[in-house]
Amino acid sequence: MKSVFDIIGPIMIGPSSSHTAGAARIGKLARAILGEAPTQATVKLHGSFAQTYLGHGTDKAIVAGLLGFSADDERIPEALTLAAQAGLAIEFVKADLGDVHPNTACIEMVGQSGRKAQVMGSSIGGGSVLITKINGYDVELTGEYATLITIHEDKPGIVALVTHILAQEAVNVAFMRVSRQERGAEALLILEADEPISHHAYELVAHLPKVKVAMLVSPI
Amino acid sequence: MNSFSTFSDLIAVAEQQQKSVADMMVDYEVQKQQMNKEQVWQGMDGCLTVMMEAVQKGKNSREKSVSGMVGGNAARFGDYMKGSGILGPTAQKAMCYALAVSEVNAAMGRIVASPTAGSCGILPGAILAAGEALSCTREQLVAGLFTAAGVGLVINEHASLAGALGGCQAECGSAAAMAAAAVVEMAGGTPRQAGQALALAFKNLLGLVCDPVAGLVEVPCVKRNAFGAVHALVAAEMALSGIESVIPPDEVITASYEIGCLLPKSLRETSEAGLAKTPTGQAIEAKLHGQNSL
Repeated sequence: MKSVFDIIGPIMIGPSSSHTAGAARIGKLARAILGEAPTQATVKLHGSFAQTYLGHGTDKAIVAGLLGFSADDERIPEALTLAAQAGLAIEFVKADLGDVHPNTACIEMVGQSGRKAQVMGSSIGGGSVLITKINGYDVELTGEYATLITIHEDKPGIVALVTHILAQEAVNVAFMRVSRQERGAEALLILEADEPISHHAYELVAHLPKVKVAMLVSPI
Repeated sequence: MNSFSTFSDLIAVAEQQQKSVADMMVDYEVQKQQMNKEQVWQGMDGCLTVMMEAVQKGKNSREKSVSGMVGGNAARFGDYMKGSGILGPTAQKAMCYALAVSEVNAAMGRIVASPTAGSCGILPGAILAAGEALSCTREQLVAGLFTAAGVGLVINEHASLAGALGGCQAECGSAAAMAAAAVVEMAGGTPRQAGQALALAFKNLLGLVCDPVAGLVEVPCVKRNAFGAVHALVAAEMALSGIESVIPPDEVITASYEIGCLLPKSLRETSEAGLAKTPTGQAIEAKLHGQNSL
């Protein structure tokens, strides 16, 4: 059974938990996955998001999330102006993203260091979200847990090394998923944990020889 | 942990342990989150603060929503309330506060989804108005929110709180059921009476469809919140007088699930039928989407 705060809550900026609060969370998770402030973002809106985004402020909510605001931040209505002031260039595109949830957005970002990331997420009701693709990899990420993401060479032992590091830090793994595009090439590991993952553990993982990129996403 | 899945379970344990539904829900959350009672209470107290702020903001605002369809009616009703009116101050306050919170929601202000954003005015409208009539302390208001959460959890377990799944009965119907039970306990009623209020309020909103104009949480949602808040007070007063629902609370909840499944998809938040497809609804949709489409 859920928490009482799933029923009385979330505290959020209106008007819609799925189209506004969920959208803000997708934006905030996208920024966390990019790992730095974005300077450019193309937001593709699908389905109901594309049809009613203006009335629900979905555009403002996603941009607010990209600026790092939470779903209850009263600056959400002014997010487009604040983004311009922060040097974030935004483009919205109506898109058919295929057989996905009706409330789905795909965000392509370039960060301040030139780093790029592509994040697709769906708002699945009540402000809950599910990130379904990162840089083309299929994932399932809720943002409710401390999350470690790695992109690494698809070689034996890497996953064991990562989980070993977390075990030493007394971090319990709640969910884990590994995906790859082809055998032996590049793979993506998503690991959601019950406890906060320390920066120290993240550094150890990031410096593993076969790990190309490591990202640490705090619960959002 | 005290286990409950149905409202009758909840009432049985509450009666056995001589606790209110609110007390039971505090205990439940303490165990579930592995937090202490103070932290759980503070979390709900914070929700009450946001509800009160939304009432104050909405009462004093003439701001329109992004679409321009709604806004300013809480203030208009506040002016009207200064005269005598018909229903009396508590029902009028419930209406006014519910409109206020719902309009703040539509205008991208801060609210508590309770259980959803579309139905966010009903619970604060009912409990704050009733709280004034009953001279409730802040603690009693917070306890009321825990009672409401208990009702919502049971509905969520056996039916739905989402308009897209169950129609508006799932959102505004659940909110009214939650508020009715909360007001009963705030007024000193028993857990059994809270359950009766839940059943009475929910029964009368079964079958309510979700057909928002232009797909926005505005028409008929905002004004429906005002009706829902008063509706909750009617159910609470009936239950407090000793009136019982012939159909027990858990059976009403199950019925809401079955009715939700039977509702056509066109009347479950898709805006493909009902008010959304009236000539005026279509004209508004064409105007908004025509001007603003990507």
